[in-house]
Amino acid sequence: MDPLSWTGQIAFLNPVLALGLGLLGLSVLAWIVLSCLLPENRAITPSGAGLSLPTGPRELTGLAVRLTFLLTAAVIAAYLILGLVLGTGAGIIGAIAQRLLPVWIALVLLFALSVRFKQRMGMYGKLFDSPIGMIGFGLVMFWVFTGIFGAFDLIITHDPLAQLSGLKNKVPGTPLPSPEEGDFQWYLLGGDNLARDVFSRMVKGAWEVVKIAPLATIFAFMAGITLGLPAGYFGGRIDTFLSFLANLILAFPVILLFYLLVTPEIVQTGLPQYMAAVLFAFPLIFFAVWINARFRTQPHQNRLWLSVVLIPLVWGYFSVINQTESKINFLPQSLDLFNITGGILVVFVSVVFVNSPTVFRIVRGLTMDIKTRDYVAAAQTRGERPWYIMLWEVLPNARGPLIVDFCLRIGYTTILLGTLGFFGLGLPPESPDWGSTINEGRKLLAIYLHPALPPAFALLSLVLGLNLLADGLREESMKD
Amino acid sequence: MGLFILRRSGVMILTALCLTFIVFVLTNLEPNLEKLAKTQGNFRMSDEAVNSWLNNNGYGQPTVVKYGQWLGALPGWTRTTEEGVTGRCITGTQPESEADQAARFCGILQGGWGYSTRFKDDVASIISVRLGNTGYLMLWVLVIMVPSALIIGVLAGMREGSVTDRSLSTVSILTTATPEYVSGVILIAIFTSSTVGLKWFKGTATSAMENPTFENFFLPVLTIALYGMGYIARMTRASMTEVMTAQYIRTARLKGVSFHNIILKHALRNALIAPFTVIMLQFPWLLNGVVIVETLFNYKGFGWILVEAAGNNDIELLLAISVVSVVVVLVTQLISDIGYVYLNPRIRIS
Repeated sequence: MDPLSWTGQIAFLNPVLALGLGLLGLSVLAWIVLSCLLPENRAITPSGAGLSLPTGPRELTGLAVRLTFLLTAAVIAAYLILGLVLGTGAGIIGAIAQRLLPVWIALVLLFALSVRFKQRMGMYGKLFDSPIGMIGFGLVMFWVFTGIFGAFDLIITHDPLAQLSGLKNKVPGTPLPSPEEGDFQWYLLGGDNLARDVFSRMVKGAWEVVKIAPLATIFAFMAGITLGLPAGYFGGRIDTFLSFLANLILAFPVILLFYLLVTPEIVQTGLPQYMAAVLFAFPLIFFAVWINARFRTQPHQNRLWLSVVLIPLVWGYFSVINQTESKINFLPQSLDLFNITGGILVVFVSVVFVNSPTVFRIVRGLTMDIKTRDYVAAAQTRGERPWYIMLWEVLPNARGPLIVDFCLRIGYTTILLGTLGFFGLGLPPESPDWGSTINEGRKLLAIYLHPALPPAFALLSLVLGLNLLADGLREESMKD
Repeated sequence: MGLFILRRSGVMILTALCLTFIVFVLTNLEPNLEKLAKTQGNFRMSDEAVNSWLNNNGYGQPTVVKYGQWLGALPGWTRTTEEGVTGRCITGTQPESEADQAARFCGILQGGWGYSTRFKDDVASIISVRLGNTGYLMLWVLVIMVPSALIIGVLAGMREGSVTDRSLSTVSILTTATPEYVSGVILIAIFTSSTVGLKWFKGTATSAMENPTFENFFLPVLTIALYGMGYIARMTRASMTEVMTAQYIRTARLKGVSFHNIILKHALRNALIAPFTVIMLQFPWLLNGVVIVETLFNYKGFGWILVEAAGNNDIELLLAISVVSVVVVLVTQLISDIGYVYLNPRIRIS
């Protein structure tokens, strides 16, 4: 087999793309310079004048930016579509485009359905009115689908842990020296310093993030909300005490905290498990109080809802914190639903621990603001209990900023996970997560770029997508 | 104001005590001590040997007592053997007559920061040298980061929704989405590797410790500055747009004051209050960035000793590091609070 080039048969598109990018850069530059230099156009267009071509340099450059952007986007789409059709014939880009086929299908379906039904979907639907939000959502969903399909072994070309001899540090597109029947013939993004496939490791790394980051953020939010609401609502001593604790954790340098929590010696003492027992109890408390506050006056319904929600949650809780051959081990084997292996629990706990004080502060601030509103006073006059007001009056009205912060915080959690991997903490050394891969790749960066750059750009684009998504959501929620 | 500072200082000291106690407990957990004994003695020690080593070196006492000794609130331990007296405040083994002359208390209150088991050196001297290196790095980071972030933020916030605003906001979102270990790797790949072939800078900053030049020092500084810049710029932009919608700006416009004068004389002063607190609160994050960048560029400063000390469970060095970082965090918080009150006449006068 011949080595693959980057573009193969579709190399004729390269000059077009270069031209498009060059023109786009030039027009954006001209646009910025002109908009700084020239005064704003304040002339009022006479109504009924009909459509007129843009006049004046400002409008012309604006049009130029739009056209060159469309041209570049069209060329990139052409790369992907031709790549999908030609596969390896279109070089590495084509092969990757073809491997990602399930992701493209899922993305197209998701966007088509969302745009079709956006009127009926509230805040999520409004997201599709903002181009920034749409780009962000697209980037995020790209990595989410890549992670999920990667976990089902649909996208990866090789086993991310398998080392094939002769492929150590080989450049992208190197063919396998002795491929067996049914093997994929190339290392699409090259091999790393242990001769593993960089492309497959990057795809598997997406799953590591998609698996941990959103869930850890949800747990951090549960803890932050459960503690932040009473701190903001009651104030006084409880607020002083909880704020002191939160500031205490925030004053720790994050990396020192990670080193203190995640080393194998500390794991041996069972400390992360005890912390898990505390942190994972917050969702239980949250849901119990949430339901009880609502149905307190209807004991029959209250009991029904509490048992429906809490029994599975408690079972899940015990299964999570219970682990054989560790400090917390009381549940019989047959009742233990799942075991979390490979230090993931430790990583999870430390990320939740670091995130929850910030959430606490945000929720506390929002609660202090909202509790002065009239509808809270009305509820107080009605004689509602404090917890009902907190969870059913204050919390729903704080959801806008909380959802925006949730997106930002998933991005921050992704960065934290990368930091953990970068310092080789927690996850097993051969784990394909992006932080570990960047750390391994950086050591040879002066000679070989390909092992470190794909995970770096993957992490960058995911976090960027989450930031853009949060920005779009904020913009749209401001319009109300 | 005096009472406010006094109260904040009290809370600060309490926080520092709590934090160092937590670090102390975590580093003194049994498996950590066992690891320490084995790295200091030898790796094939039996359990009894480990125990006796720990007892001989004062690690066998209750944690609270050890913490008191480290703090200097309790007298240091001593142990009399046939050869003489050893103890916390005594270097090596000395005859009884000389040991009596040694100080009884030797914690950080007395200025004794202890001895590093990783570097075999005095903690105080290690910290001062490494902190100097990092201080130099931070200085240049601030010199690059703060002005550029403020300029970007002010330019973007001047005309909300304009082309300049859109493009600069996109740039600042991009930099906040790029953690140091990603931007550092990308910068090293572009500017130092032989594959790309630019080779404008050096990929390591090891030589920058003695002889910092533009070539070996710019990339680490840029890497830290980029990540912090976007956040400060966004906060400045938010504050600037808020000021620009204020009534006194509209009044100035209606009076016919030129746009430059409105920005420079009326808006800028009020718009820079919020960024000041943000910059101050950014210090703890810079500390994080320093650890990553010093590891990435092999620059032996404060972050580098943090990684070394934490990796080797060097108890006293780790405690000193946490004291320093906690003090940095809390002092910057205090300055930001005081500065906010001082800069904002609405709060200052009432």
